[in-house]
Amino acid sequence: MNNANNLSVFGKLSLGAGFAFLYLPIVVLVVYSFNASKLVTVWAGFSTHWYGELFRDEAVLSSLWLSLKIAFLASTMSVVLGTIAGLVLARFGPFRGKSLFAGMITAPMVMPEVITGLSMLLLFVQMQQWFGHPAERGVLTIWVGHVTLCMAYVTVVIRARLVEMDRSVEEAAMDLGARPLKIFFLITLPIIAPAIASGFLLAFTLSLDDLVITAFLSGPGSTTLPQLIFSRVRLGLNPEINALATITVLAVAVLVVSANRIMVRAERRRARLAAAAA
Amino acid sequence: MMSRLLSLRDSRDPAGRAARRAAWWQRLAPRGRTLVTAIPYGWLLLFFLVPFLFVLQISFSEVEIASPPYRALVERSEDVLNIALNLGNYTYIFGDPLYFDAYLGSLETAAVTTAICLLIGYPIAYTIARAPEARRNTLLMLVMLPFWTSFLVRVYAWMGILDSNGLVNQALLALGLVDAPLQLMHTQLSVQIVMVYAYLPFMILPLFSNLVKLDGRLLEAAADLGCRPWKTFLTVTLPLSKNGVVAGSMLVFIPAVGEFVIPELVGTPESLMIGKVLWMEFFDNNNWPMAASVTIVMLALLILPIVYLHKREEKALARAARR
Repeated sequence: MNNANNLSVFGKLSLGAGFAFLYLPIVVLVVYSFNASKLVTVWAGFSTHWYGELFRDEAVLSSLWLSLKIAFLASTMSVVLGTIAGLVLARFGPFRGKSLFAGMITAPMVMPEVITGLSMLLLFVQMQQWFGHPAERGVLTIWVGHVTLCMAYVTVVIRARLVEMDRSVEEAAMDLGARPLKIFFLITLPIIAPAIASGFLLAFTLSLDDLVITAFLSGPGSTTLPQLIFSRVRLGLNPEINALATITVLAVAVLVVSANRIMVRAERRRARLAAAAA
Repeated sequence: MMSRLLSLRDSRDPAGRAARRAAWWQRLAPRGRTLVTAIPYGWLLLFFLVPFLFVLQISFSEVEIASPPYRALVERSEDVLNIALNLGNYTYIFGDPLYFDAYLGSLETAAVTTAICLLIGYPIAYTIARAPEARRNTLLMLVMLPFWTSFLVRVYAWMGILDSNGLVNQALLALGLVDAPLQLMHTQLSVQIVMVYAYLPFMILPLFSNLVKLDGRLLEAAADLGCRPWKTFLTVTLPLSKNGVVAGSMLVFIPAVGEFVIPELVGTPESLMIGKVLWMEFFDNNNWPMAASVTIVMLALLILPIVYLHKREEKALARAARR
């Protein structure tokens, strides 16, 4: 009894301090974005001036559009590859070269991005010398880099879902003579759909956010939003970046909270159905 | 070669439910399975594994003013095949204290980051794991929310706080604790703070998923038998959460060693981290062979932790599958 109380006080304290640490910088960032002054940290009254500047900034808008395009294309491809890879790892049983395959899924997630970026660049340079293709660095090479990074994350998410899911429906379908591909599309895919959705979301944000791999793989004329932000932030604080960051934080918060709500609701419905069936 | 590499072993499991469970995909013709496997396998071989061979190759070549800026290892002139292995980059790395210090500094910064993340992250993960189930999901989401926002934005957020006109200095000046603003930005301290901030979620998540499985009855039993909370933690909770601690530490340590963005934006100009050295060799000095050699040495340092992490994760997954 006493122990539980002690723990909860300590727990509350550590949670409170932890959340303060996590959120205070973001709150400060948001507050400063409404500062009228060009000097970000010197308060000179409330203003939405920098949001106006931001929306008139052609460089920001075009790099945002490019980043969104790449993120969409990269996350789509990495969901396809990641779902297949998850299936191979979770369902195909042992095969020669499987541990190398699993290793190539783990490694990109922890590998410092400077390493991944440099090595991919050297591959593309070598390919260009041998086959003349890809002729130059740009959207295509960035896309390949992002897919390789993101598919690893998607695979982990999908594989975990496949391992823990209830296989009785799959087995029933198999006993009734359904073919593997039919089982996959009619039964497995709908069951793992939430995992695919969160894998897509994860891949999308990773791609949208990537700076280092992109820097190695991009060419002239393909500046993504993180590259633009980086080049400006390098020069110091910038009120426009505060405005941009605030919008990013808001968009992500809305997206993640609503995705979380949908998933919690789906989970509850599943639990209710299971309870009703029992 | 590809098909031989991927040729799937026939399942010789005894008939029965377990075998059928494991193998519904085995009914797919072996060719079909090989084909399905070959798609992601081939992608990763080509775009992830093979590139390292080129890094290795170029690390032994010499820098040249050309496009691309290195000399080919193998050159054929007339009937002579010239193979030039240049070890100069490596002798330079091991001879110049700049590189040695950068490697050491990176390892040290990454180790300190990992330790602080563990100290901060463990209580948070533990509290969330012990929270009532209804609130657990919300708390976890709140911890992960900053992780979903841009990495660059999170680093930038600290620039406004640690700036000489920033929030911390304003507060210190207003309270009369200091007379002149402290130099907080572009110090080792600022690098360390931002590294912990950026990598904390990678520590909390694996710790949480480990601690949430901890059987609460063990803690109750320990308490009933008169064990003090602190001792229960040291003798029961901590040893049982070892897997989470190791996984979280690796997930923080390995990428932190090669971190570039944080030392570049908030670090000191003179104390270099190896990720930044690699970047400068490549982008500023246009010395690709040197950048490749720096990469190879960094890989040599990180390959063991990566393999170790991978083996542990695979074991954990195998356990989960058996359950």
